[in-house]
Amino acid sequence: MQWEVVIGLETHAQLNTVSKIFSGASTAYGAAPNTQASAVDLALPGVLPVMNKAALEKAVKFGLAVGAEISRRSVFARKNYFYPDLPKGYQISQLDLPIVVGGSLSVQVGDTEKTVRLTRAHLEEDAGKSLHEDFHGMTGIDLNRAGTPLLEIVTEPDMRSAQEAVAYAKALHSLVRWIGICDGNMQEGSFRCDANVSVRPKGVEKLGTRCEIKNLNSFKFLEKAIEYEVRRQIEILEDGGRIVQETRLYDSDRDETRSMRSKEEANDYRYFPDPDLLPMAVSGAYIEQVRATLPELPPAKRERFQREYALPGYDAGVLTASRELAAYFEDVAQTLGGEAKLAANWIMGDLSASLNKDGKEIAASPISSRQLAGLLKRIQDGTLSGKIAKEVFAAMWAGEGDADRIIETRGLKQVSDSGAIEKIVDEIIAANPAQTAEYRSGKDKLFGFFVGQAMKASKGQANPQQLNDILKKKLQA
Amino acid sequence: MTLNLDDVKRIAHLARIAVDEQEAGGYLTQLSAIFGLVEQMQAVDTGGIEPMSHAQDLVLRLRDDAVTESDQHSLFQSVAPQVEAGLYLVPKVIE
Repeated sequence: MQWEVVIGLETHAQLNTVSKIFSGASTAYGAAPNTQASAVDLALPGVLPVMNKAALEKAVKFGLAVGAEISRRSVFARKNYFYPDLPKGYQISQLDLPIVVGGSLSVQVGDTEKTVRLTRAHLEEDAGKSLHEDFHGMTGIDLNRAGTPLLEIVTEPDMRSAQEAVAYAKALHSLVRWIGICDGNMQEGSFRCDANVSVRPKGVEKLGTRCEIKNLNSFKFLEKAIEYEVRRQIEILEDGGRIVQETRLYDSDRDETRSMRSKEEANDYRYFPDPDLLPMAVSGAYIEQVRATLPELPPAKRERFQREYALPGYDAGVLTASRELAAYFEDVAQTLGGEAKLAANWIMGDLSASLNKDGKEIAASPISSRQLAGLLKRIQDGTLSGKIAKEVFAAMWAGEGDADRIIETRGLKQVSDSGAIEKIVDEIIAANPAQTAEYRSGKDKLFGFFVGQAMKASKGQANPQQLNDILKKKLQA
Repeated sequence: MTLNLDDVKRIAHLARIAVDEQEAGGYLTQLSAIFGLVEQMQAVDTGGIEPMSHAQDLVLRLRDDAVTESDQHSLFQSVAPQVEAGLYLVPKVIE
């Protein structure tokens, strides 16, 4: 039987506020246990939550960036469950009236563009952390993370493969950083995904029973966990079995998902509106105010790069992968004044390769946009051949200074003086009479031999175009 | 909706409150009385009326995003039954 995979994702993006969503405690990562857990975070009797302005603004910013509807009135609800890292016995979240409703995200999957519809995005607080090791059979609780603001972004079941789910997660990850609402640090848990996975026979409308895989904090694990889960479900169904709706955990060491707990009972969250918090009102003027702070978004920038710099769609896509990269490209292209494609090639080629190799982000590039433009200018004006430019690039990467200084101290100027090139060519022809005769009798392939010899004699500094022209002329004489 | 003894036990379990048979019977009576009141209210025709999410017709006030709390974990932990390495210790919970 042909099976169709159906995936929906729920992503928790930690909003990068300095204080918690309902208390004035710090959200800085890595503090000593419980030093950033205030009376509100600990749920001491009599405390009351007070909502953080910046958390609202970041949620609204996200909603506007995905073309969603911003709720003029949204409501916080209590989600009740028992766990020691949740001191109140409930999590403050949103159920019926979330801040962000609808919206969509276009993602690139291979060569095709796919639109993933969003159901909603709601504000909630994070729980603390449980440490299960080394406490004489007890569990240690650190509540520093309790109360950290999260935006939970929920999709419709629109994805049909693990690859599509990963492409969506990457696009979302890029967007939340682009608009500056989340640092996207997956190791620190600032961006984590839950995947709802089910399968159904191809052509059938009705959705199969789904399983939820929790806390996937890398794109690789997301892909592998979904692939494993799909195989598992298909195997069960083909053996005539039945899928049990449950929550599963992905074990990356064994590359498998395991049942975590049955949702049937744990699922009874008994949501109700939180009486400690009034409905949150958002005015049209406020929404417009937030809209004005939005940067140019990736699709608009991609389109503009193609139009303004005459870049191919692929280049425009790569260069708008992050705001920093896009800004770097624009700096170089503008300093260069024209030949944006040259800038694009070097940024996507040598610069990206070097950054990857050294595990650096574009913001930490040892070669500034101004410096790279300086190098490319010397290619433009014929001072450097492409090959020598690579050498200068390597020296710049190693911190030897600007291109002009490296060209000067290393004597790398391309020889564009036709007299000097002619002299080299004459010498080579004189030194290789046999090859010259063969070439003249029709063995065209030998041309490469002469180019090689001449380049060697010029230490790679002869202007290649000029050298070709002069060689051709002289060999034909 | 009528409540039975099993419902009471289930609610108690979800809230992790120990309730014995005798107490459960008492809670059943009390909770049923509350349900009775709710039923009485539900008899009112509320068609076309937007549900309230709060008893007062006010909207939420927001605070500036600033750190205003200092580290008081020693004070808070002075009343905790068991503490080690800055962590609150609780009976082992693992799923």
